[in-house]
Amino acid sequence: MTTTLDKTVLDMTATDLRTVNTTLQAAAKAQANGAYVITNPRGSHAMACGLDGPLSVTIKGSTGYYCAGMNKEATVTVEGSAGPGVAENMMSGTVTIEGDASQYAGATGHGGLLNIKGNASSRCGISMKGIDIVVHGNIGHMSAFMAQKGNLVVLGNAGDALGDSLYEARLFVRGEVKSLGADCIEKEMRPEHIETLKALLEKAGADAKPEEFKRYGSARKLYNFNIDHADAY
Amino acid sequence: MDKTPQTEPRQSWTFSNSINSEIRRAAATGIYDIRGGGAKRRVPHFDDLLFLGASMSRYPLEGYREKCETSVTLGTRFAKKPIELKIPVTIAGMSFGALSGHAKEALGRGATMAGTSTTTGDGGMTEEERGHSEKLVYQYLPSRYGMNPDDLRRADAIEVVVGQGAKPGGGGMLLGQKITERVAGMRDLPVGIDQRSACRHPDWTGPDDLEIKILELREITNWEKPIYIKIGGARPYYDTALAVKAGADVVVLDGMQGGTAATQDVFIEHVGQPTLACIRPAVQALQDLGMHREVQLVVSGGIRTGADVAKALALGADAVAIGTAALIALGDNDPRWEAEYQKLGTTTGAYDDWHEGRDPAGITTQDPELMQRLDPVAAGRRLRNYLSVLTLECQTIARACGHNHVHNLEPEDLCALTMEAAAMAQVPLAGTNWYPGKPGF
Repeated sequence: MTTTLDKTVLDMTATDLRTVNTTLQAAAKAQANGAYVITNPRGSHAMACGLDGPLSVTIKGSTGYYCAGMNKEATVTVEGSAGPGVAENMMSGTVTIEGDASQYAGATGHGGLLNIKGNASSRCGISMKGIDIVVHGNIGHMSAFMAQKGNLVVLGNAGDALGDSLYEARLFVRGEVKSLGADCIEKEMRPEHIETLKALLEKAGADAKPEEFKRYGSARKLYNFNIDHADAY
Repeated sequence: MDKTPQTEPRQSWTFSNSINSEIRRAAATGIYDIRGGGAKRRVPHFDDLLFLGASMSRYPLEGYREKCETSVTLGTRFAKKPIELKIPVTIAGMSFGALSGHAKEALGRGATMAGTSTTTGDGGMTEEERGHSEKLVYQYLPSRYGMNPDDLRRADAIEVVVGQGAKPGGGGMLLGQKITERVAGMRDLPVGIDQRSACRHPDWTGPDDLEIKILELREITNWEKPIYIKIGGARPYYDTALAVKAGADVVVLDGMQGGTAATQDVFIEHVGQPTLACIRPAVQALQDLGMHREVQLVVSGGIRTGADVAKALALGADAVAIGTAALIALGDNDPRWEAEYQKLGTTTGAYDDWHEGRDPAGITTQDPELMQRLDPVAAGRRLRNYLSVLTLECQTIARACGHNHVHNLEPEDLCALTMEAAAMAQVPLAGTNWYPGKPGF
């Protein structure tokens, strides 16, 4: 561990995962708004997870599974790509992926912003519960499956079965949607949606206009079991 | 002229009155039957085993005088803070939502007085439950309703639920009538809609992924909490082995008599294996991996008496968990509510429409008036009493078999009354030294 004037560097060729996370978690808890840089992550799993406080973490390289899992308040930036389940169950804060994200990005997230500058693989935003996810590229199939709350913004295209069985999450897609999942329909883009989307695009630094997007949401036909809708499953 | 003799009307075994009633119900509604509880069919169970007791070859311990220990420690493999329980009986996971807040409080009170743990369920951790449970296991379920790192850290252990005995391979559905504002708020969903509990976790598939998921959970909780993996009684040998491989501290194995808040009857009755059939393969897996007693095994599904507890331990479990029996101890299906059960078209002991939220006993409901019927203090005391009886009964049997700790019970203390039970438990048929499948015969 080396410390310069304004940031601490943790080199993972010399520091193990437990030490890295313990250091970051303690710094977050201290509420000191510290800045940390992690070098040579080499695809390590569970990096910078469980942070609970204001802290800036920059990871110089790609990460494995569950980077920034259950994040609260911290700002985590991955200067590379992220493995499955990045920012899973995030509560608040900001997680930025400069590259691509693998499966289940932002799964079950309750809050905060997950900003993916590249593409996201399948099941992006699965069971999301209030998180905002902005994907600058494309997303894979079954994204926003059973999504409950929050906003998923996609500047590129979406794969098959977008928003299958979703609840009250709002999906905004600028490009093509290969197919919609069960109970997911295109919906009117009203002024409040334009406002929401505009704010999210600005926050994510995305070069796009809200008017270019279509909105998708739940038809709410599967909310209460009805035998006449059994064909939808 | 005399009447021609008539053959006595004969009911079909295949098309019994019960089956016919279900056909008529299905024809009228077009939907399968959903209910709570576990398998009701007769399956080989602990009743089909007997203890041999002490004799010439071993001597018993004196009841009321010589000590027979009952404590158990769960989570000794990796966790910095294993759970120490005074008794080998824990309370299984049941959700707030399926159960009322009072019921969850009563479970916590009873378990705490008895020196054991209770477990959350789908829907998150409530203050009633945390506040009244000295030792609380936090379930990590596919739906992740209410999941957050703060509750994860204030739990005493984490139970990753892969499956449950009533429905291995299945999810669940909490019907809209039980989704009050509080329940909906905890689950981040609208009030009054049916809430689907997923059958698979959203961010991992298979034991290789689960190993990494467990790493994450340990990193978030400073490697303090024991991590349990709960599996339904499907393929107990391989499921247990894979749970160990994934890094479990404790394996919770739930047989098909284990209850659920709401699942299709066809699922409950036709998927999974009886609890009795699951224990020996799971123990074998642990032994093959050199992990028996290092990774603890908790067995659930149809535990009712201290004899059941003792038999599960004798077959190799470290502890048992109870769900349905705990609810009955609280007051579920109590005869005092018979008139109301009749109004619901059922009777005491058979009431299983827990998902409808109209429980006369005020346990499986979110109805404010019905909930008030359950006094959590008195109900907690009943649960404590019941847990004490289970423990005393288990100790009585262990002493009779000559053991000074209930964990010293062993398969050699048992015999089986039926061929099926002998085969499943791998203990000799009574009066023989043989069981089906025994090597060398």
